[in-house]
Amino acid sequence: MIEMKNVSKWYGKFQVLKDCSTRVEKGQVVVVCGPSGSGKSTLIKCVNGLEPFQKGEIVVNGVSVGDPGTDLPRLRSHIGMVFQNFELFPHMKVTDNINLAQVKVLGRSKEEASEKAHSLLERVGLKDQAEKYPGQLSGGQQQRVAIARALAMDPIAMLFDEPTSALDPEMINEVLDVMVELAQEGMTMMVVTHEMGFAKKVAHRVIFMDYGEIVEDATKDEFFGSPRSERAVQFLSKILHH
Amino acid sequence: MAYNWNWGVFFQDAMFGPGTYLDWMLSGLKWTVVVSLAAWLIAFSVGSVLGVLRTTSFRFLRGVAATYVEIFRNVPLLVQMFIWYFVVPELMPKDVGRWMKTGMPMPEHTSAILCLGFYTASRVAEQVRSGIESISRGQTYAAYAMGLTEVQVYRHVLLPMGYRIIIPPMTSEFLSIFKNSSVALTIGVLELTAQSRQITEFTFQGFEAFTLATVLYIMITMTVILLMRVVEGRFRVPGFIGTGGR
Repeated sequence: MIEMKNVSKWYGKFQVLKDCSTRVEKGQVVVVCGPSGSGKSTLIKCVNGLEPFQKGEIVVNGVSVGDPGTDLPRLRSHIGMVFQNFELFPHMKVTDNINLAQVKVLGRSKEEASEKAHSLLERVGLKDQAEKYPGQLSGGQQQRVAIARALAMDPIAMLFDEPTSALDPEMINEVLDVMVELAQEGMTMMVVTHEMGFAKKVAHRVIFMDYGEIVEDATKDEFFGSPRSERAVQFLSKILHH
Repeated sequence: MAYNWNWGVFFQDAMFGPGTYLDWMLSGLKWTVVVSLAAWLIAFSVGSVLGVLRTTSFRFLRGVAATYVEIFRNVPLLVQMFIWYFVVPELMPKDVGRWMKTGMPMPEHTSAILCLGFYTASRVAEQVRSGIESISRGQTYAAYAMGLTEVQVYRHVLLPMGYRIIIPPMTSEFLSIFKNSSVALTIGVLELTAQSRQITEFTFQGFEAFTLATVLYIMITMTVILLMRVVEGRFRVPGFIGTGGR
């Protein structure tokens, strides 16, 4: 579904991604973790072409992302993305946030889009909030709307860029619950997160990044089990022991 | 100070033409408003396009817009007024130039409107640019990530919020255009300040004339401020506090 081969990216002279290769099969959940500044957010933004990369190749569902001839808007419309800071559009009601791309990109009718929006809001437990503005919702609620907004496009894969990092602790679970459910339904997911509980529960593979490199790319059991790189051990000991 | 206040001056028959000096003032008021509003239409539309161009992904267009802004905001308005009225017709192809000097209706007013409009456009462009740039990068990412094209991202995400953010400084620009319109008197537009000066010359009652002019300017600007307050309230986003980052 998603295949990366030797992806490298530079900001000026600074190399943020070094020869990253990995793949996400259909229906797999892959968790990407690593210290801040390790390039994991940049890597996930390369998958749908939000960030350009200078070397290597990323193929999503048979389409090469880096190819200048690729219709990026079309490709992106099939890949849902959820961001650290939710990024709902503040001047639009919750329903309008969910409808926008359905109508403007997929060409659905307003009624069709609204119907979809309402069923998705019900699914994430927010059907009463449809007519509110994002600023009137809590962080956890906003992030669930953002997930609904991405799902409304009937994506073939979902990208999550630290979806719970900006949330108060008591709101993290309401978002993770939605994500776990999604994973169990067989959605293809690439998730940048520090929530190791989530990784242990639903991930098929865990990728550990440091200094722009994929240091470890292992199945969940291998990653949390014994044989792994020293840097990953240090990282895990820091985030798991409190 | 020996000055004979005479508010009755406004009801005296004017030195020439029908009507009183009050009619002169009202005519001046009319032209101040007409020139300013017409110029604002130009400033707002041209400025918006330029402001957007300065933020797009096309380097050439960014350069064009930046050059425009630097030229128009760095030359004094008074100089620009003279250039539009005296120089531009000479630079045009011969026939167009002749038409601008003889055939064009109300050449002074037209030149003043173009001058004020294109000058203020450079200032509006900077406001629009700052509005767009104050929106966090994440909003743009999110918009592109759902498959919107660049035009759609501007139309549905960046501009609706950008314009809301710049309502306060745009109010100032809107006010400035009314006040700057007084410069048009130098090329012969009989707007409010010009009429006050004319009345002063004919009646020596300058204090009355300029007091009334001041009051009328304040009435205009107060109206603009109230109007913009209504606009601001109408477009307020519920629950929205910050602008850029979160």
